[in-house]
Amino acid sequence: MNRRWVLPAAFAVAAVLLFVVAPLALSPFRLDQLGRYLCFAIVAVGIGLAWGRGGMLTLGQGVFFGMGAYLMAMHLKLADAGPGGTPDFMALISSDGVPWWWEPFRSEIVTLLAILLLPAAVAAVLGLATFRRKVRGAYFAILSQALAAAFAILLVGNPTGTGGSTGLSGFRGFFGFALSDPANRLVLFCTAAGVLLLMLALVRQLMVSRYGELLVACRDAEERVRFLGYDPANVKTVAFVVAAFMAGIAGALFVPIVGIVSPNDVGIVPSIGMLIGVAIGGRSTLFGPALGAIAVAWAGSALSEQFPSGWTYVQGLLFMLVIAFLPGGLASLAWRRVRPTAPAPSAQPVPAPSGGS
Amino acid sequence: MDVLVTQVFNGLSGGSILLLAALGLALTFGQMGVINMAHGEFIMAGAYTAYVMQNVLGAAGLSLLVSLPIAFAVGGVLGVVLEATLLRRMYHRPLDTLLVTWGVSLVLQQLARDVFGTAGVDVPAPAWLSGPVEVLGFSFPRTRLFILLLAVAAFLALAAALRYTALGRRIRATVQNRPLAETSGISTRATDRLTFFIGSGLAGVAGVALTLMGSISPNLGTSYIVDAFLVVVVGGIGQIRGAVIAAFLLGVAQSWIEYSTTASIAKVLVFALIVAFLQVRPQGIFTVRTRSLA
Repeated sequence: MNRRWVLPAAFAVAAVLLFVVAPLALSPFRLDQLGRYLCFAIVAVGIGLAWGRGGMLTLGQGVFFGMGAYLMAMHLKLADAGPGGTPDFMALISSDGVPWWWEPFRSEIVTLLAILLLPAAVAAVLGLATFRRKVRGAYFAILSQALAAAFAILLVGNPTGTGGSTGLSGFRGFFGFALSDPANRLVLFCTAAGVLLLMLALVRQLMVSRYGELLVACRDAEERVRFLGYDPANVKTVAFVVAAFMAGIAGALFVPIVGIVSPNDVGIVPSIGMLIGVAIGGRSTLFGPALGAIAVAWAGSALSEQFPSGWTYVQGLLFMLVIAFLPGGLASLAWRRVRPTAPAPSAQPVPAPSGGS
Repeated sequence: MDVLVTQVFNGLSGGSILLLAALGLALTFGQMGVINMAHGEFIMAGAYTAYVMQNVLGAAGLSLLVSLPIAFAVGGVLGVVLEATLLRRMYHRPLDTLLVTWGVSLVLQQLARDVFGTAGVDVPAPAWLSGPVEVLGFSFPRTRLFILLLAVAAFLALAAALRYTALGRRIRATVQNRPLAETSGISTRATDRLTFFIGSGLAGVAGVALTLMGSISPNLGTSYIVDAFLVVVVGGIGQIRGAVIAAFLLGVAQSWIEYSTTASIAKVLVFALIVAFLQVRPQGIFTVRTRSLA
């Protein structure tokens, strides 16, 4: 097959699988599950860009995911309560009415704009603050992790505003459509599938562009990029912002599909959990992160149904084995098999002499 | 005045816990550049060691004192095993060590859950540590004073070992210039392993100290690891004295902000302060002076 046709063919196969085969072959329950995996796959596409291509190990994607999810959840709760109404959980624990910072999200348009812009804006501020000061490598990873911890603590510590540790749940409608209707759930699934394909196409375009070259250059030799007259901080911030943007959208889709969001979905543990699929699938490839995320999420559900504690061991072992012995992920195996003489795509940033880590 | 003394003491006390958790981390982080996410689980292992010793020995006072060296050994052995099996393979991939050790920490946590149960267990403090101490009209809990003293003692012992012993010289040489240290006849492999033993052992000691603060559960490590890493980042990688200053600064800041707001807001503000601080000094309070192009 001509190499030029590989990518469009892959997209076509993915589209047929997601839009035709999955809705026909799966029960409504399984379709919902797959929809949830697709949300994680969208996050993974962003992580693939920031981590695999840009070398920024972000341990805080749960924050952006959670922002999108909580914004959507707040809007759904307010919409369920009706105009001027107070969401049920809030009325139970406090009589003060709706906090002022909830009010804007009664509007559908404000909510959608906030989901698209707010995670990206936070990522832009944090990215510029850290990358401009050449905070990178391990320092950046730890900071992003602390951000996830702080965010989860803030959510738990504010029960009247965010539902505390139980989070927000019990949504009835989604922009005027009943969530209980299977037809509407099918539309939700197709939306998630469409967003995933769109994001893959977006990352693909970024990767082949001049920007994509610069991003990889920043990963492999940041100082040289600087000497060539580019500002690596801007290059890296863009990738970080795109990743946050994707995580925010994924979070917003996650809420109507799963029906609940809580600090358990956004803290340190889920944030790092989002990385494992990316690592297994192949962090620097286009499809690897998404496929890995779906596979890991599926394996997670299947195994934890059967062996409640077993999945944690498997997850831990996967982290150890894949990262230590197969840093390029499963994609690197496939690559070697297809073209045994060609070098595998560089999955590992060459340690710069500046010792940025 | 009362509030001032109490808040400063609370801050120092919180800082001493951070210091115990971060001291070993600063050592291993600086030595090999590896990021050990399982450090928190070594702390947990130390805490459960104290719990087991309590059940074996019965007497609370004796078991606490016996637990300290045993927990040091338990943490140290765990660290050496981790270093020898996984970390030495991934020398120049510091970010990957973070994920590998995260896998280790998941496994250790689940192991603790399966062995000791998910519910927290209590290790009662010995009689000579219960109740407060009166100093100049102020009363301080004895357990917190003990932890403060333990943290200071651990720091002094580590600082003295690094400064005056042959092993300490080898460790410092390896941190500053690994290839040159190797050329000078220092076995950096052996030094790495010993450093990891000491650093992880300190995590075990921290775990014993934490049993005095409340019940212990398999999640114990997760709640301390992020703060411990922040201490290392603020202090400067591989800087023991930086860790000390950073731990106490963060402890006091946390207790101070907490006093006028809430614990969760204090956490978020401390994080914002750290990001702001890194704008001024991205490399932390202290840096290792080397001839590499840092």
